[in-house]
Amino acid sequence: MELNPLLITNARLLGGESASLLVERGRIAALDPAETPEGTETVDAKGQWLAPGIIDLGVFATDKPAFHFGGITRAALMPDSGPLDNSGLVERAAKGGKPDLWVHPLAAATKGLAGKELAEIGLMKQAGARAVATGRARIADAGVMRRVLAYAAALGLTVIAHAEDEGLTAGAVATDGEMATRIGLASAPAIAEAMAIARDLMLAEETGAAIHFRQVTTARGLDLIRDAKAKGLPVTCGITPAHLFLSDTAIGDFRTFARLSPPLRSEGDRHACLAAVADGTIDILASGHDPRGPEDKRLPFAEAAPGMAGAETLLAMGLQLVRDGHVTPARLFDLLAAKPAKLLGLDAGRLEPGLEADLILIDEGTPWQVDAKKMAAYAGNTPFDGMPVQGRATMLWKGGQRIR
Amino acid sequence: MTSATIRPASDYPPGGDAFRHRHLTGIAQLTPWEISYVLDAAEEWVEMNRSGAAKHDDRLAGLTIINAFFENSTRTLLSFEIAGKRLGADVVNMHAAQSSVKKGETLIDTAMTLNAMRADAIVIRHASSGAVQLIADKVDCPVLNAGDGRHEHPTQALLDALTIRRRKGKVEGLTVAICGDVLHSRVARSNILALTLLGNEVRVVAPPTLIPPAIERMHAIPFTDMDEGLKDADVVMMLRLQNERMDGAYLPSPREYHALYGLTPQRLDLAKPDAIVMHPGPMNRGVEIDSSVADHPTRSTITEQVEMGVAVRMACLDILTRRKRGVPGWN
Repeated sequence: MELNPLLITNARLLGGESASLLVERGRIAALDPAETPEGTETVDAKGQWLAPGIIDLGVFATDKPAFHFGGITRAALMPDSGPLDNSGLVERAAKGGKPDLWVHPLAAATKGLAGKELAEIGLMKQAGARAVATGRARIADAGVMRRVLAYAAALGLTVIAHAEDEGLTAGAVATDGEMATRIGLASAPAIAEAMAIARDLMLAEETGAAIHFRQVTTARGLDLIRDAKAKGLPVTCGITPAHLFLSDTAIGDFRTFARLSPPLRSEGDRHACLAAVADGTIDILASGHDPRGPEDKRLPFAEAAPGMAGAETLLAMGLQLVRDGHVTPARLFDLLAAKPAKLLGLDAGRLEPGLEADLILIDEGTPWQVDAKKMAAYAGNTPFDGMPVQGRATMLWKGGQRIR
Repeated sequence: MTSATIRPASDYPPGGDAFRHRHLTGIAQLTPWEISYVLDAAEEWVEMNRSGAAKHDDRLAGLTIINAFFENSTRTLLSFEIAGKRLGADVVNMHAAQSSVKKGETLIDTAMTLNAMRADAIVIRHASSGAVQLIADKVDCPVLNAGDGRHEHPTQALLDALTIRRRKGKVEGLTVAICGDVLHSRVARSNILALTLLGNEVRVVAPPTLIPPAIERMHAIPFTDMDEGLKDADVVMMLRLQNERMDGAYLPSPREYHALYGLTPQRLDLAKPDAIVMHPGPMNRGVEIDSSVADHPTRSTITEQVEMGVAVRMACLDILTRRKRGVPGWN
């Protein structure tokens, strides 16, 4: 199908200067073009923000309605469902969303994600895997993790790790503290995260591998990442809005929508996370999208599955970081698009001529209220239920094709 | 043994304002006067229960109370059953072992089933913290928490408060040492909440592996040395130690536990001379408590606690069904 050229005018690029952007043959052709080809369609953005489509690193389901609502044009799929430990499954997952959503599968690090034997990472790379992931848990055996890192490094793939020491967190559903003690939930000390990071940083240094910690949520963990970056190690880390905007007080009424992995932390750790977003220690903001129906969530807290439906609130919570002065708009889209693209080795995530026209228009100010009962996702398990937020994607293009 | 501690009705807000809750899910929701109100109401039932042959009052006649116990229990279930029957209610017991819970039915489905049977009150015990609240949110009738996970066991804390009040003439300004597996204990949590709320000093005495994190934020003072923790206490409250805790994960062995944390006559001498000894039962004699202490004729309150349990549960069932029964002032 031949697409007409598209000109988006009066758009604030990355929330900054007003400009126009021309799209031809599905790609960004020019910024502020002097002239436009015949037959160009024009969209007047009326001062809305224009940004690259969000690249959501580390989702657990291909949930197109939620991603499109949230301004997400590409999603890196965690290997847990399946699990994605062979090239056939990876190939199928990579085709799963096309054409209007591109799914970039993450290869399971070990067979069956059991943490014992190396999976066929090389064949999965050929089938389209963009990085390697340990899944919802870390690899407990340090020897296996060392071999995964060395093997992935030789293939030029980053290893995406989960950071919780399984000995300390066995049976725990919350972080040690007043809240867990008051309501009687089994809890683990917050250092379970830093301990896991410390081990994997040493292994990454030893093997020369690039490592990404999908969620770092504690002051101690972030300190380790900061130090490793200062030493020049190829380490990055991410976080979801939940750990930036909520602390463990959110589990007070046994709210299972706030049962997450890793669990919500103390208010002190939450502030450390905000500081780490501001100072650049945290590289990536992702949704952790993991829709869970009542069969997983309408249970006593400890019996409920962890996870949140985050795709629809990711952008609004990101815009809140801008309003609160933690990041500039340009840096927000680094966190949401440019950095995830770089990690996945994608030429995307920026507003540059030649790149695929994955674009979103954002009405950054209009208020709305998060409502678990009215989500586009196939389950409404959001820890932000009821929260007033501002800003949403009003239009979305994937490869120059208007989706919304 | 004093009725001087009972306040006149005029000391409380009128009607339903004296106890403004539809359910009893925990002590955390209660005010000091609401606790006092329940204890005063229970005193009447103590009198009736002791009064000889006719231990009966028919105010709950025609009402159905379901005791839904998803976790094994003998004494609490029996206590609630007797309490309901002495008030004239039709009491039905549902044991999880005999129910469809074992067949995979979810807790919510079970709750909706009980609700559809038009129960007038449901008493629930469950192994998971928060399970009782989950059910309370879904049903139309009052729900009483008979213990959920390690969260709360409010009627136990109320019966303990009543026992202390009757023995000490007050339940404020006392020093209470709660000893044993505090980490896994709902009895400890409810008692810490109730006793601190009423203005007592609460200490928790336990091995470091069984003290909950940040317990001082609940205004309890932690002690890992039992001798220090018992010093000058007015009340020594022992907790039951589950056998599975003593297999090496939390504690090396029962005999080491007894050596370091068992309540012996020598240790009890460190507390005040008139200190009382409490235990929610069932006891592990020779492990957390020596028989000579447990059976002490004046200091042990263990059987009295069981007696107060029935009275407190009668009071709770009466109070929580008043709206349903259309008692004037309760709507």
